[in-house]
Amino acid sequence: MIHLRHRLPKGNFVLDVNVEVPDTGITGVFGESGSGKTTLLRCIAGLEGGDGLPVHRRNVGYVFQDPCLFPHLTVRGNIEFGARRATTRRVESTSVVDMLGLGNLLDRRPDTLSGGEAQRVAIAAALMRSPDLVLMDEPLASLDRRRKDELLPYFDRLHDELSVPVIYVSHDIEEVSRLCDHLVLLEGGKVAASGDLVEVLSRVDVPVLSGRNAGVVLWANPVDHEDGLTRFDFGEGDIWAPGEFETGTNPLRLRIAASDVSIARERPAATTILNILHATIEEVHPVDAATALVRLGVGNQSLLARVTNRSVQRLELRPGERVFAQVKSVTVRH
Amino acid sequence: MNLFGPLWLSAQLALVTTIILVIIGAPLAWWLARTSSRVKPAIQAVVAMPIVLPPTVLGFYLLILLGPNGAVGSWWVQLTGSALTFSFTGLVIASCIYSLPFAVQPMQNAFESLPKKYLERAWTLGASRLDAFFSIAVPLSVRGFVSAIVLSFAHTLGEFGVVLMVGGNIPGETRVVSIAIYDHVETLNYAAAHRMSLVLVAFAFVVLATMFVINRRWSER
Repeated sequence: MIHLRHRLPKGNFVLDVNVEVPDTGITGVFGESGSGKTTLLRCIAGLEGGDGLPVHRRNVGYVFQDPCLFPHLTVRGNIEFGARRATTRRVESTSVVDMLGLGNLLDRRPDTLSGGEAQRVAIAAALMRSPDLVLMDEPLASLDRRRKDELLPYFDRLHDELSVPVIYVSHDIEEVSRLCDHLVLLEGGKVAASGDLVEVLSRVDVPVLSGRNAGVVLWANPVDHEDGLTRFDFGEGDIWAPGEFETGTNPLRLRIAASDVSIARERPAATTILNILHATIEEVHPVDAATALVRLGVGNQSLLARVTNRSVQRLELRPGERVFAQVKSVTVRH
Repeated sequence: MNLFGPLWLSAQLALVTTIILVIIGAPLAWWLARTSSRVKPAIQAVVAMPIVLPPTVLGFYLLILLGPNGAVGSWWVQLTGSALTFSFTGLVIASCIYSLPFAVQPMQNAFESLPKKYLERAWTLGASRLDAFFSIAVPLSVRGFVSAIVLSFAHTLGEFGVVLMVGGNIPGETRVVSIAIYDHVETLNYAAAHRMSLVLVAFAFVVLATMFVINRRWSER
């Protein structure tokens, strides 16, 4: 485990974090802007606060939101900057260059790169430092949708191939759901929740996750294809999702937003919705005057549904009751 | 010798002064660009004073300070046995003070416009503060360094008042080109004054034009 313990007052704001995160995989730090996410990363890197240990001795890789590559060096020079100053050599330059697809960019100058390419170079540079921990501060936030979609597969590869732990700051719950294994929620400079991604996302009582960010991640096995859809098996029931995903591999992540799940007392007969699952109500949590979040147990996994308080009363939704969950839309991480 | 002696001496003086100013001016400019210390305005004012003060005022105080009875001058006499005033070394010291703002200000401007992110990124990539200064700040501030070098060199070449006060007019030692021209004019030797002056005019034009061309190329890039 990595113990993160940082306290830094900044005017009215106080960052006060004391949390343990795993030393493998990607840990997401999620929160609204102003919740202290970037300050936390800067404290970990020693750029702020600090106990006197200079930044360059901490062996922490930092990927900034804006790649800010050194304009006087080529891509190769930028990548090697960290490697030349690394105290240990755990990563091979060729494997990093391959993993991030930089082979034919090496002699280019930074100002000729697209935003996504520049960010890949910045990541490669941070990895070439052979860090003990990589910090990423919203590395996709400055990119448009198309560039982001271009870059995401590289992050998937990092996730699958990299042995260095990563702390990934983001205010985009979709990104976090796709990439992270573990999640720390920040609210007003303090940790609101932390733990396994799937577990934290299924909580109904954390304000930052109760609005449009509410939604869960499920693990499910792709089993077969029909009509351009893939059937996923996750213990108790099937989920259909558009697209043909390779079957017989490891379980894949499915992201289901709470606003895409509705609840029925009886199994709906004629409906366009394909995914109707038998579920047990586990918890009903009012979010505001009009709406509530309901956690549903499906097999040994959870779904969240956003419903109105009026429906909660009308249908008498209480913990322990058996209901049907209708899932309108599923995003698959492939 | 009559023409080239003073010119050569001026060139030597300007070269030595410029080298010293870049070496001591760069750290000073770096500090000024990044500090939030309360004494910064005072230091900045001291550095900039030679721009405002009449060279004779500066020269007068330097003459006292560097003279055999002055604080620095008497120490120098004890150390080396010779006086600082009316010597080439004295001229170098005087020129360094006189041209300091012309070296510090362009470098300070360049350092101030350097985004802090570059340095922070360099540190996180394992570069110490000193390493990041030489590997990131200096190469990204080349324009500031070029301006500092050109301005210090040219400004030292053209100095007159301070040299006259501190250095006097000793051929081969302190008789720089501006003094020589003044001398020639005083003795109505206009032809010699013309020759030296034209060399300086041509030099100033070539240097400044080159600098502007380089600047334009850089800003187009």
